[in-house]
Amino acid sequence: MSRNTVLRTSSALALCIAANAAFADAHSTTITIATVNNGDMIRMQGYTDLFTEQTGIAVEWVTLEENVLRQRVTTDITTNGGQFDIMTIGMYEAPIWGANGWLVPLDGLSEDYNVDDILPAMRAGLSHDGTLYAAPFYGESSMVMYRTDLMEAAGLEMPAAPTWDFIREAAAAMDNPETGVNGICLRGKPGWGEGGAFINVTANSFGARVVDENWQAQLDSEEWANALNFFVNLMNDYGPDGYATNGFNENLSLFQQGLCGMWIDATVAASFVTNPNDSEVADSVGFALAPDNGLGVRSNWLWAWALAIPAGTQQSDAALQFIEWATSADYIELVAENEGWANVPPGARTSLYENPNYAEVPFAQMTLDSILAADPNSPTVDPVPYTGIQFMAIPEWAGFWTEVSQEFSNAYAGQQTVEEALARAQDIVNEAMEAAGYQ
Amino acid sequence: MATQSSRSAARIMMAPAVFLLLVWMLVPLCMTLWFSLRDYRPLRGGDLGFVGLENFARFVSSSSFWPAVFTTVLIVGGVLLVSIVFGVLLAMLLDQPMWGQGVVRILVIAPFFVMPTVSALVWKNMFMDPTNGVFAHIWRAFGADPVVWLTDVPILSLILIISWQWLPFATLILLTAFQSLDSEQLEAAEMDGANPLARFFFIALPHLSRAITIVILIQTIFLLAVFAEIFVTTGGAFGTRTLTYLIYQRVLESQNVGLGSAGGVYAIILANIVALFLMRIVGKNLDR
Amino acid sequence: MARAVTTQRKALNTAIAWTVGFLIFFPILWTILTSFKTEAEAIANPPVILFFDWTLENYGVVQERSNYMRFLWNSIIIAGGSTLLGILIAVPAAWSMAFVPSRRTKDILLWMLSTKMLPAVGVLYPIYLLCIQLGVLDNRIALVVILMLINLPIIVWMLYTYFKEIPGEILEAARMDGAGLKEELLYVLTPMAIPGIASTILLNFILAWNEAFWTLNLTSVDAAPLTAFIASYSSPEGLFFAKLSAASTMAIAPILILGWFSQKQLVRGLTFGAVK
Repeated sequence: MSRNTVLRTSSALALCIAANAAFADAHSTTITIATVNNGDMIRMQGYTDLFTEQTGIAVEWVTLEENVLRQRVTTDITTNGGQFDIMTIGMYEAPIWGANGWLVPLDGLSEDYNVDDILPAMRAGLSHDGTLYAAPFYGESSMVMYRTDLMEAAGLEMPAAPTWDFIREAAAAMDNPETGVNGICLRGKPGWGEGGAFINVTANSFGARVVDENWQAQLDSEEWANALNFFVNLMNDYGPDGYATNGFNENLSLFQQGLCGMWIDATVAASFVTNPNDSEVADSVGFALAPDNGLGVRSNWLWAWALAIPAGTQQSDAALQFIEWATSADYIELVAENEGWANVPPGARTSLYENPNYAEVPFAQMTLDSILAADPNSPTVDPVPYTGIQFMAIPEWAGFWTEVSQEFSNAYAGQQTVEEALARAQDIVNEAMEAAGYQ
Repeated sequence: MATQSSRSAARIMMAPAVFLLLVWMLVPLCMTLWFSLRDYRPLRGGDLGFVGLENFARFVSSSSFWPAVFTTVLIVGGVLLVSIVFGVLLAMLLDQPMWGQGVVRILVIAPFFVMPTVSALVWKNMFMDPTNGVFAHIWRAFGADPVVWLTDVPILSLILIISWQWLPFATLILLTAFQSLDSEQLEAAEMDGANPLARFFFIALPHLSRAITIVILIQTIFLLAVFAEIFVTTGGAFGTRTLTYLIYQRVLESQNVGLGSAGGVYAIILANIVALFLMRIVGKNLDR
Repeated sequence: MARAVTTQRKALNTAIAWTVGFLIFFPILWTILTSFKTEAEAIANPPVILFFDWTLENYGVVQERSNYMRFLWNSIIIAGGSTLLGILIAVPAAWSMAFVPSRRTKDILLWMLSTKMLPAVGVLYPIYLLCIQLGVLDNRIALVVILMLINLPIIVWMLYTYFKEIPGEILEAARMDGAGLKEELLYVLTPMAIPGIASTILLNFILAWNEAFWTLNLTSVDAAPLTAFIASYSSPEGLFFAKLSAASTMAIAPILILGWFSQKQLVRGLTFGAVK
């Protein structure tokens, strides 16, 4: 190394040492929070200073993208690693971890917090045996978001509760290869929480189920073939190119650029597509319930991102204090004051939907209706032995359904037929059920 | 010649490295072997007891196993092929006299400095995206339908991304080998009437053989472990699930550590077969 | 002896080489350019290449959201520490293999490389449990040691091939003059080995800097390096190309700059003794 380089490097090092020293101011209590890099959580990080001012508790954030976060917190909780004082988890993890005794039960919540204000569906999904293990930061279902201008131009009117047949008709009417507008954008990306979740709720509305009451795989059923064929035909005819790799992000971006006539996805997306800063179509978005097939089950899911305290932490009191702050009605007020009502974390509290200010937000009512339309205890037309809508609340689900969704995505990409994909999926599910000891 | 005392001194000097690597090899290896014989599923309550060779049978009988091995070979082989062929060409080019050689060399090595995660993200979102990617813009500019890279040609896309990261490494090693090529020998051959192709195949290529084996050896070790690129781009779908990725799915997505550990043992065995094969070649070339 | 080259030939070479170099560098250049665009311009169709409103807004947002300096500092400590520790252990080993070879030297060298073949994901749980037992999760020193062990075989290899190139006659002469082992090492070998050691340091620094499995899975706050920093931007809700580009640029800039300053050493270091 030349002397010059050495000099430059060492002066850079010196700078860093100086910078490092600046972080060293120690607080008496510091909690570490692992969270996902979604917009609402990033916003919450911005307000943390207020929490620290009020309580004297410092907060360290570990912000990771969803898949990495899941991998990190799961490794840590199962090995009792004790790296985090609060973990951001979903409706899938909370009951399983709670049942294993890995989470601190949230029964010490204060009177002011008003735990009964949490939407019943969210509370039920985050509890095990009636004990709440995670407090919802925001909750969501899924619904149809569509372009009012394009629908009008096509001479169609979106009913409040459309059927899949109508969705297909509308997609055909709005699809326009010349302007690049796709009739419909849906998730096809592999992963149990991405395309895997979407196809599962679609299948639910077609009367299909993953397993029967005896945990025997049902992917060879006619209902599954109908659902998957319908989806593949719809997307091949009116969907975007390469939809097999499109997840929430990709579709959001397409919709915001005005390239989708319809998009059926998480209700939280409503605030992004109606935000004029990010969306070119903010003024012309309408909402409807997720479609059904006349069988009494709609194709919408239920999900919540929630904050939980791992049992191994030494700081459970401080952690509880933070959870009360972040998931309280006051926090919602705080965000509303600074960023407007459309940007508050939705879907967690009943009081939010009783608030007249929030009622003016265009997607508020439809979000609530969608959440209310989802029932984790009877997700399918025929009975099933599990709870959960877009997932089965069993530990093996994430693993085998990711594999199944990979097979489906291969079919979306045209690498295999729908029949081949379903046959493989059938084997994967049966193999997993057998290995898990259900069969 | 070395004396007795310098021999024992040499042994002492080698000891820390050998000892540390021995520990680093044995501890994880033994733990992997131990877990592979047990039903260890963290979400089901942890260690559920001894199950013999069941994990091994289950891992290898899964319909994903052989395709994963095949994919691994395809990706490793593809990247090796691309980086050696283009590495040789690039090295020849950079060896020519030109203006601004240093700057060009910097441009060519730069991808080596980029973290795998970052490079996968950049390629996936900014180049291969069928709507907003640079490739899609280029295709459309010529009136063609954009290629949906990650689903239409998934293996090729991955080979492209990974080769981009490793091409600089190969180029550099080959370049320095070229620079040491005896130009008088080349000139003599030229005088004798050997055409450029013959000069390349009979003089340059044999000279490069040692450099090429080193590229193959070092890159294979890193390529067998490729993970971030697949994780970020396809998530193992579309036939891009390598053995490493399959193990990841078993351990972290399915939370079956026993099964994943058995997969790890298979991976070690396969890697060592490859290694033995490679080391035969390298061992031969090392002595030259 | 270099042959005379016509100017046309040289110009042609230059044109081709610069084109190829530009193509290879383009993804990085594009990322850097995109980091200065607004989100809307980043996905504009057709894309804007240079004539956009250059903005530092993305860097501001990234800086506000994460404590970049801390991630950077951890990366420097971990990559630097593991490289230096590795060099300290590898130099004597490589020295003895190169100058006092025995029948088993080559086997040992090849065995060392084979320790790199255990797939990292397969041993995540064992290593994680071990780190809990030892109480070294999220600990820089633990990461320094682990990354050192991961790269040690490569370090030994590189140094070995370097030392191998040092002519034996010099050593013989030094011994004739009555130099002991210590003198031989300090005054004869070290000066000759410095360039090789320098380039080994550089290459391993890069490898350690880019290691993204252990550095991500064994850290949370105190020891998290830039690989963890990038994981918080990799797929946010919505596609934020410009912010992703800014974060990516920040993650690779330090190592890119270091690499550029020292590319001559790197070229030497990567030869692995391929040059005779």
